[in-house]
Amino acid sequence: MGLVRNFYRTTVGKKVVMAVTGLILVLFVIGHMGGNLKFFAGIDAATGTHKLDHYAAFLRTMGSELFGHAGVLWMVRVGLLVAVLLHVVSAVQLSRLSMAARPRSYAVQSFRSATPASRSMRYGGMFLFVFIILHILHFTTGTIHYQGFEHGRVFANLMSGFQPWYVPMLYVIAMAALALHLYHGVWSMFQTMGVTSPAWNNGARCIAKIVAVILFVGFSSVPLAAHFGLVEGDNTPTAMAAIVER
Amino acid sequence: MKLTLYVWRQKSAAQEGEFRRYDMQEVSPDSSFLEVLDLLNEQLILKGEEPIEFEHDCREGICGCCSMVINGRPHGPKKLHTTCQLHMRNFEDGATVYVEPWRAAAFPVVKDLVVDRSSFDRIIQSGGYISVNTGSAPEANSVPIGKEVIDTAMDAATCIGCGACVAACPNGSAALFTAAKISHLGLLAQGQPERYDRVLRMVDQMDKELFGSCTNHGECQEACPKGISIKYISMMNRDFIRATAARVMDPKGAMKAQ
Ligand code: FES
Repeated sequence: MGLVRNFYRTTVGKKVVMAVTGLILVLFVIGHMGGNLKFFAGIDAATGTHKLDHYAAFLRTMGSELFGHAGVLWMVRVGLLVAVLLHVVSAVQLSRLSMAARPRSYAVQSFRSATPASRSMRYGGMFLFVFIILHILHFTTGTIHYQGFEHGRVFANLMSGFQPWYVPMLYVIAMAALALHLYHGVWSMFQTMGVTSPAWNNGARCIAKIVAVILFVGFSSVPLAAHFGLVEGDNTPTAMAAIVER
Repeated sequence: MKLTLYVWRQKSAAQEGEFRRYDMQEVSPDSSFLEVLDLLNEQLILKGEEPIEFEHDCREGICGCCSMVINGRPHGPKKLHTTCQLHMRNFEDGATVYVEPWRAAAFPVVKDLVVDRSSFDRIIQSGGYISVNTGSAPEANSVPIGKEVIDTAMDAATCIGCGACVAACPNGSAALFTAAKISHLGLLAQGQPERYDRVLRMVDQMDKELFGSCTNHGECQEACPKGISIKYISMMNRDFIRATAARVMDPKGAMKAQ
């Protein structure tokens, strides 16, 4: 225990905690985006329900023989919550140290290698934190959903949830923030874990860029397609009305 | 050439400082930045004003004394330069130039442009050494070391401890300095016995000195007059993780069977 405390007490230790939790979160977010693409999978002819709903049901039933209904899902949720909290707490502690370390700023600001991505990590991180809360209230609990939220009917919830123009707009902006955060964050993670070297630095930078671009495109496609009705499904005015009525 | 200088004047650490404007005429483009300050100080003394306090020693880019931030950049606009090696031909005629001290909680201002960098000394004292037996110098080739290793160690050893990395870092972090000192010794055979102790102790001391925490902006590498790479920060992190992992293991190699 003393060892863990000593490790975490140092700035390098806290940064390693940020890197490891960051890695967990990046891997989750990549999986999340992959799952989201089921949105384009269409309707299952046999049951008449959307394949995205099947996927959502699968997330609840996976491992249920061993851990009960939604057992694995809840384990993942708790794990992610712990990762987010550790990431945020370390970030807040380190930011406070850094802000105290430069009590007065320079008369002339001049940056040579810091990018908008690296300089916005703190603010982008705060924005993403708020977004994650809103997003859970939106599509997991349905608390702030537009109208006619129904548990398990993921596809219909998405279609109705993205109808007001400002909702997809907020989502696309949040995904831009995520991409910017990871454009620096993924490379920074390699550097903090001490696995970068001049020989493969281009590779590390490249991975960061690819992750940022793929996540932005993959995640943004769903709200945009839902809003503009670019996907087959119950987006007809009658189906919409039925959802709203129910 | 003409120059408008705004120089940070501060009587002591306890007092508030401010920028003061100095207009200079007929500055030679071939003079160094420190010579311009010398010239200005002569004029100030003749006028009965207090001269500007600044640090300098070698004036050939090897001691790391001449610390000042010029228009937002430590050691001025040119890469791989110290202030003493910076010539006025790098500025435009009639330029406005802001000159201020390193701004870091760990480097309190002593007076004007002079800061106290003893926090760096304490980092070195905490582990930046190797223990060797006294006696005559050993035969140079008795411990063979690979060319690549020796070059990497030598590049880290070129650090002159000027503190430009801290001054340039938006977080006021001393990661590059500490990493260069750790790697320079940790890479060589003579530095092995204390390798893991060294990284733990020096990182610990770095944290105690009110430096900020590195977020990998890479500004230090740009500002370093010796061009020291941030690869050393990666190496420091790696050694720090390994050193912690090594502590987990029983020093005698005892393994739990149950
Ligand atoms: S005075 Fe020695 S490095 Fe500039």
